[in-house]
Amino acid sequence: MATTMITTLDRSSRAAARGLSDISIRNLFIIPTVLFLIVFNIFPLIYSLGYSFTDFRASTNAPANFVGLQNYRDLLNDPYVWANFAITAKYVIISVAGQLLVGFGVAMLLNRDIPLKGLITTLLLLPMMLSMAVVGLFWKLLYDPSWGVINYALGLGNFEWLADPKMALYAVALTDIWMWSPFVMLLSLAGLSAVPKHLYEAAAIDRAGPFYTFFRITLPLVAPILMIAVIFRTMEAFKTFDLAYILTSQPTAELISIRLYKMAFQEWQTGRSCAMAYIVLIMVLAITNIYVKYLNKVKER
Amino acid sequence: MRKLVTSMLAGIGLTLACGTSVYAQEKSLTIFWAEWDPANYLQELGNEYEKETGVKITVETTPWADFQTKTFTEFNAHGDAYDLVVGDSQWLGAGSTGGHYVDLTDFFKKHDLSNVMAPATVKYYAEYPGNSGKYWAIPLEGDAVGWAYRKDWFEDPKEKEAFKAKYGYELDVPKDFKALRDIAEFFYRPDQKRYGIAIYTDNSYDAMAMGFENALFSYGGELGDYATYKVDGHINSDKAVAALDAYKELYKFTPPGWAKTFFVEDNQAITENLAAMSMNFFAFFPSLINEASNPNAKNTGFFANPAGPHGDQFAALGGQGISVVSYSQKQDEAMKFLEWFIKDSTQKRWAELGGYTCSQAVLKSAEFQNATPYNKAFYETMFKVKDFWAVPEYAELLQQLNQRIYPYMIGGSGTAKETLDALAADWNATFKKYGRVQ
Repeated sequence: MATTMITTLDRSSRAAARGLSDISIRNLFIIPTVLFLIVFNIFPLIYSLGYSFTDFRASTNAPANFVGLQNYRDLLNDPYVWANFAITAKYVIISVAGQLLVGFGVAMLLNRDIPLKGLITTLLLLPMMLSMAVVGLFWKLLYDPSWGVINYALGLGNFEWLADPKMALYAVALTDIWMWSPFVMLLSLAGLSAVPKHLYEAAAIDRAGPFYTFFRITLPLVAPILMIAVIFRTMEAFKTFDLAYILTSQPTAELISIRLYKMAFQEWQTGRSCAMAYIVLIMVLAITNIYVKYLNKVKER
Repeated sequence: MRKLVTSMLAGIGLTLACGTSVYAQEKSLTIFWAEWDPANYLQELGNEYEKETGVKITVETTPWADFQTKTFTEFNAHGDAYDLVVGDSQWLGAGSTGGHYVDLTDFFKKHDLSNVMAPATVKYYAEYPGNSGKYWAIPLEGDAVGWAYRKDWFEDPKEKEAFKAKYGYELDVPKDFKALRDIAEFFYRPDQKRYGIAIYTDNSYDAMAMGFENALFSYGGELGDYATYKVDGHINSDKAVAALDAYKELYKFTPPGWAKTFFVEDNQAITENLAAMSMNFFAFFPSLINEASNPNAKNTGFFANPAGPHGDQFAALGGQGISVVSYSQKQDEAMKFLEWFIKDSTQKRWAELGGYTCSQAVLKSAEFQNATPYNKAFYETMFKVKDFWAVPEYAELLQQLNQRIYPYMIGGSGTAKETLDALAADWNATFKKYGRVQ
């Protein structure tokens, strides 16, 4: 019993009349995409791997010398780079956890019959439709100690959100949470509305309390979709650049991507920045893999 | 139907018209610069060149933040989008050794530009390596860091009296860094939402370095020996340590949240009544005497960077020279433009339009010095300026400086001596990496 991988061509169709076989149609669709991927993704990826073993600088005409693992050694021995990684990890945890909490919470609130539900949901989605750079510029004004709305509203006087080395990273994370919680909310809403109503009815008949219902029915059923939100947001948070770059220049809030940008396009240390990009790539892949494994496990349940 | 035919004809006509006009202006030059007022003045100057010669000049601009990145991306790709570039002084090393700039030594000698332009501008905007007699750019926009201050605050009799009672001398434009500090402290009144001083603190490019250099050079310190690349004993000398402490001291008297500030914020400090004094490049002062952009225009005065405790008086250099891009297809045309640009009459016109000429003759003329409230301070400054390293790896040196000094300045970690010792070690390692020192 053979399983067909692709739907066979309808014999009476125009394509068949022109003598196109299944295979040639498949190729027609796939080859341009594969070519595009190779030229713009795979080739630069491999090419930059080559560069990461050289001392190449794009700003000079000097030839690139092979230096072996020197770039990787230097980078992994650089305390500043380690600091950047630690900062990034902290940022990812705060920001993703915050988004999950706020996003899921709001979704729970919205997952009932309330008037103007559609309008409220749409309005709540607005932040994530803005450009990151614009959000950064707006929040810089909001955080401003002299004329910012936030200090005014909270009565914090001249509290320096972005100039305080300890606060700067939290301020960036807060902005990110504001911007991306709606994304988690949207996914959670989809998940919540897919939970079969009869489970809740059964729970109600069994006189299960609200906490029990939440932890035994709602959460396990929404978990897979929440995991997807976590994967997306972690990957995005890991490579956050524009928001943090615009908001603050505190070394305590220098994320790995900002470091990478400076190395590649201000200092023009092309070889070394390629090595750095690879280190980041490997880390993101590893983290994502852990999540995907976990996601599969959750789905099996 | 008729409407359709008419509009189609009009469309074809328009296309043809555009086509022919492009054809007629075959001779054109593109100059690349950062997006700021001087670039608009240069465009106006270019329009006059077009009237004279028929060669169209287009000044293309991009915001400061990605000026360096965009230029070098174009250079690295060997692109010919720009015929001339008005590049930052620190780029000379990368531009010349990278083969991006055309060698202008012969042009320089032919027109005796070393004597026509102010000496500091020749040294820092045009020559690389130092004292080599090789020139890569024509000084175009002179610039340095100066100061703006609130004349009305300084001249208020009550303030004058209170200041004298507290410090024992007259409140006036500061002559040295001690007075600068005292005045900053005097006007620092958070309860009145008034602060003492606005300085550069942004560590994303060269802003904080420029601010620190103002103190360093006036304190008699040096970044290092530009001929031998020796940094130990220079950047961490006692004078340099004292200078860093002096600059950090000023940070205490800045408005709140003053941790990522450059020219925009420092001008705002004056326009928004935040600070008594504000550091900025001269190129940003025109908007401070314009009542449309500064409500305090009438009450804004200017002074040159004050002297240090040992009487040295220098300022950090900004400004740019114009270079011919070696990938340009129109280098001959570009050279013709430069010949026109260095003429005395053009330089005079350039200054009138608002450009900061580097021509000695124009700078020294009374007409120039009296044209604006800050021209005199500019003239005084341009003969005592010093600049950052101009080697191709300057950006790495800059990053290391930011990395070391910022946490000390803003975060208050470590001591000035520790900070500068660490910086000396970083710089030494970088120079070793590029084979400049053993």
